Amino acid sequence: MDALNSLMDGFGTALTPINLLWAAIGVLLGTAIGVLPGIGPAMAVALLLPVTYGLNPIGAFIMFAGIYYGAMFGGSTTSILLNTPGESAAVVAAMEGNPMAKSGRGAQALAAAAIGHFAGGLIGTILLVALAPTVAELAVDIGAPDYFAIMVLAFIAVTSVLGSSRIRGLASLLIGLTLGLVGLDQMTGQQRLTFGSLQLADGIDVVIVAVGLFAIGEALWVAAHLRRRPPEPIPVGRPWLDRGDVKRTWKSWARGPFIGFPFGAIPAGGAEIPTFLSYVTEKRLSKHKDEWGKGAIEGVAGPESAASASAAGTLVSMLTLGLPTTAVAAVMLAAFQQYGIQPGPLLFEREPDLVWGLIASLFVGMVLLLALNLPLAPVWAKLLRIPRPYLYAGIMFFAAVGAYAVGGEVIDLVILLIIGLIGFGMRRYGLPILPAVIGVILGPNAEQQLRRALQISDGSVTGLVNTPFAVTVYAVTAVLLAWPLLKRLVVRDRVSA
Amino acid sequence: MTTQTTDIPPTPTDERRSWLREHSELGVCVLLLALGALVLTDALTMDVDITQRGPVGPKTVPVVVGIGLLVIAALLAVDVLRGGHGQAETGEDIDLSEPADWRTVLLLTGVFLGAAVLIEPLGFPIAGALLFWGAAFALGSRRVDRDPLIAGVLSLATYALFNNLLGVPLPGGPLMGVM
Repeated sequence: MDALNSLMDGFGTALTPINLLWAAIGVLLGTAIGVLPGIGPAMAVALLLPVTYGLNPIGAFIMFAGIYYGAMFGGSTTSILLNTPGESAAVVAAMEGNPMAKSGRGAQALAAAAIGHFAGGLIGTILLVALAPTVAELAVDIGAPDYFAIMVLAFIAVTSVLGSSRIRGLASLLIGLTLGLVGLDQMTGQQRLTFGSLQLADGIDVVIVAVGLFAIGEALWVAAHLRRRPPEPIPVGRPWLDRGDVKRTWKSWARGPFIGFPFGAIPAGGAEIPTFLSYVTEKRLSKHKDEWGKGAIEGVAGPESAASASAAGTLVSMLTLGLPTTAVAAVMLAAFQQYGIQPGPLLFEREPDLVWGLIASLFVGMVLLLALNLPLAPVWAKLLRIPRPYLYAGIMFFAAVGAYAVGGEVIDLVILLIIGLIGFGMRRYGLPILPAVIGVILGPNAEQQLRRALQISDGSVTGLVNTPFAVTVYAVTAVLLAWPLLKRLVVRDRVSA
Repeated sequence: MTTQTTDIPPTPTDERRSWLREHSELGVCVLLLALGALVLTDALTMDVDITQRGPVGPKTVPVVVGIGLLVIAALLAVDVLRGGHGQAETGEDIDLSEPADWRTVLLLTGVFLGAAVLIEPLGFPIAGALLFWGAAFALGSRRVDRDPLIAGVLSLATYALFNNLLGVPLPGGPLMGVM
């Protein structure tokens, strides 16, 4: 077993004191951020991108992974105790979790969610260990045309699967691609959209775009519509479960990952769909149907387990293909670019220490999360009382730090603000943020792969579709594009039958 | 947004104004159109003197993106005129039932720009503290005793973390010169 040996080496990396420290900081920070209203994991990782300037890649990614898992974990606390989920993935947790908390079973809801995350993360990460090297091996020969195909798939997927309006998704993607064009052309050095400015010739740093869209845009948007009186969290004690609860939920914990993991790996919106599917499945299989809607514990356990596993699935696509399927993965991809590392099938060969250290640290992080969060739950609940002015002032503050740290230039702060205002307008008019971020991060890369592929084929367009891999990916893309049409046909068939 | 019903018969200017308010999303189309025109002009005025291999040079992708922006601007305009609306984003602290509070947004923008201007002459610790305090003030916090203290501690701690621990240099300014 090659993967097992590599994983053991990975534990050697992950269990060094310094990397353990980064994992612990990551999960604590991630949980705090997940609990805090208004900050999602993508914004958190974006705000922390500047640490990549001072940290080695292994430490940074161990911390980012901890934040990703921790934020999922913390998000459910907010949903259960506050009933105003900020992230779509946490909506389902509120449906049964909040009624439980209201009827005095908040401690059990938190425990079911926490153990659900542990189980989901554990099974999901085991699947990651089992599958990722195989996927990487299958994809190891992929060249420029294949990379280009994957990126086209990512563009189409984020614009047509997510959100309610394809036009608005495409508008967002094009804004991102435009931002990515600014600077010197990578192959010829030609100035594009620089307007003769020396500062713009370097291009707009991905950190500034991500921080501007996720942090400044969000802070300004919330500021325009700040709730006068923040909702009051329901007080809660230490999470625990009795034997009856465990008997009811263990199957839900075990089922969740098999729904969550595959959905995380494909570009279908991360945890949103699988948590909902898991909820529906658990409801159908439940022996206590009368409790649903009033606080059925399976309705917390299953979806939370699915959410965690979907995070592991996301990492499979991100590490083996360089395909980001969620906002967090997109920002992590930006971090890889900061280090000059190209995620993809070769990552497992070129950076085994990094990849396996990261994967091993996921196991470490999950144990830490469970050990820390069961006893700390009442402390986390206190975070929900933070005065909102401080919270959003803090976001603005750290966004400024991050943008300034990029190059020590005041002009970067101004660009950050402008991009923040774009993010504000996008939120106001329902343009999704993720396509823009994917456009900025993958756009320049996609252009390079396209031109490389066409150079190899001496300008012939067939050079883009001359591998089975690329053809397959384009077929998937075509299905995604035609999906609304196909769906209509399927529905009509069912109605007429 | 729902259609407004008033008892007083609306004058033509009122009507036009409320129509515009309801269709403010058309502003997004105008911006996309302008952006598309900008990208296209920039791409077409580019003088490529380098002999290139393959049909795709530095112009191709900008031209495609520019045309895409123009097409999307038109499609979005059609969608809006047919009654389509982008869903404003929701969140834990967001209350969409009230109209947008532009004063706070403008104040925050001003505070941020002010901090950007001050960061070099005053250094990060002072400018950062002013940014935090100013932003908290703009968002409605009026604790004169507590706000500046939190701002100062946060700013100094961040300066120390980045400048001394992570090795990312930030300008210390006169304050650090004294210390």
